[in-house]
Amino acid sequence: MLLVNENEIPFQPGMTFADLLQAQGGDADILLVNGYPATVQTVLSDGDQCWLWKRGKTPAAEEMQHLLYARHTPGVQRLLQGKAVGIMGLGGLGSVVAIALARMGIGALLLADYDVVEPTNLNRQQYFVDQIGQKKTAALRDILQRVNPHVVVTVIDQRLVEDDIPVLFKDVHALVECFDDPAMKAAGLRAALQHLPGVFYVCASGLAGYGDNNAIRTRRLYPRVYLVGDEVSAAAPGEGLMAARVGIAAHHQANQVVRLLLGVENEAD
Amino acid sequence: MKVFCNGEAQDIAPGSRVIDCLNKLGLDPLSVVVECDGKILTREEYASHELQDGSVLELIRFVGGG
Repeated sequence: MLLVNENEIPFQPGMTFADLLQAQGGDADILLVNGYPATVQTVLSDGDQCWLWKRGKTPAAEEMQHLLYARHTPGVQRLLQGKAVGIMGLGGLGSVVAIALARMGIGALLLADYDVVEPTNLNRQQYFVDQIGQKKTAALRDILQRVNPHVVVTVIDQRLVEDDIPVLFKDVHALVECFDDPAMKAAGLRAALQHLPGVFYVCASGLAGYGDNNAIRTRRLYPRVYLVGDEVSAAAPGEGLMAARVGIAAHHQANQVVRLLLGVENEAD
Repeated sequence: MKVFCNGEAQDIAPGSRVIDCLNKLGLDPLSVVVECDGKILTREEYASHELQDGSVLELIRFVGGG
């Protein structure tokens, strides 16, 4: 059996994409097999997941969700769509983490921030000029809706304090700490270690400036708990926060969340 | 007496609290998570928790930026 645009088609040995195109009678020019580009000559194997699409065509709503994930490793998105992730702080880290997770097909996001979009945010945060003055929670929800309308987005529009964190985020599978303030970074980790034993936690420290790419690393602190960053580069006078390096750290965080949710990390101890 | 901070021995005065140790190391208590002898301390315990000779501290220090 083949899965062609999520429909089952009987498999015959020697079948190629040309056969699928002929059977469909369409003019598709984007061909993917198991998340990877193919050609009309590509010979198919039993069990392959195939996609055929006409470049530039706008999909119907029910086709949209499948097409969003057509280039994923097969099966990943089905696992991720059952998961909820919390993000604390929607700045240079949090806005990037949220968009990455939405593109990967996470089921639900719980987004917390108290601030509004300012011009000084736009050098690294994923907002737009026409969103200046909007609450970050509302602005990011709008962006995520445009990226992937299937993600269930819930927002918490308040300034978090340490005692709130275990209450607000008790139901997520993973929690990502994206605060700017080092005191809140410490508060978040304390709250997670003391009160959220069943939640994966990925925090960040040390990502300012334009230092070495590879000094940003992901380090396991405790079972289920990871720290991303070079642990040294503080935002300070003369050491700004810049899109590229903040983005490296944010994508470390997002990928670590995915690895934990997919059960790739050895969390036996 | 001696305590161990992230594996390094530190000489501190008998009767010292966690906060004294953080101050000696030049760390801002607000931006540090402290595990003392296997237990994560609350923020309030930094000032009250008395260190023993041989206490083992794991200090996780955060810098700003996000």
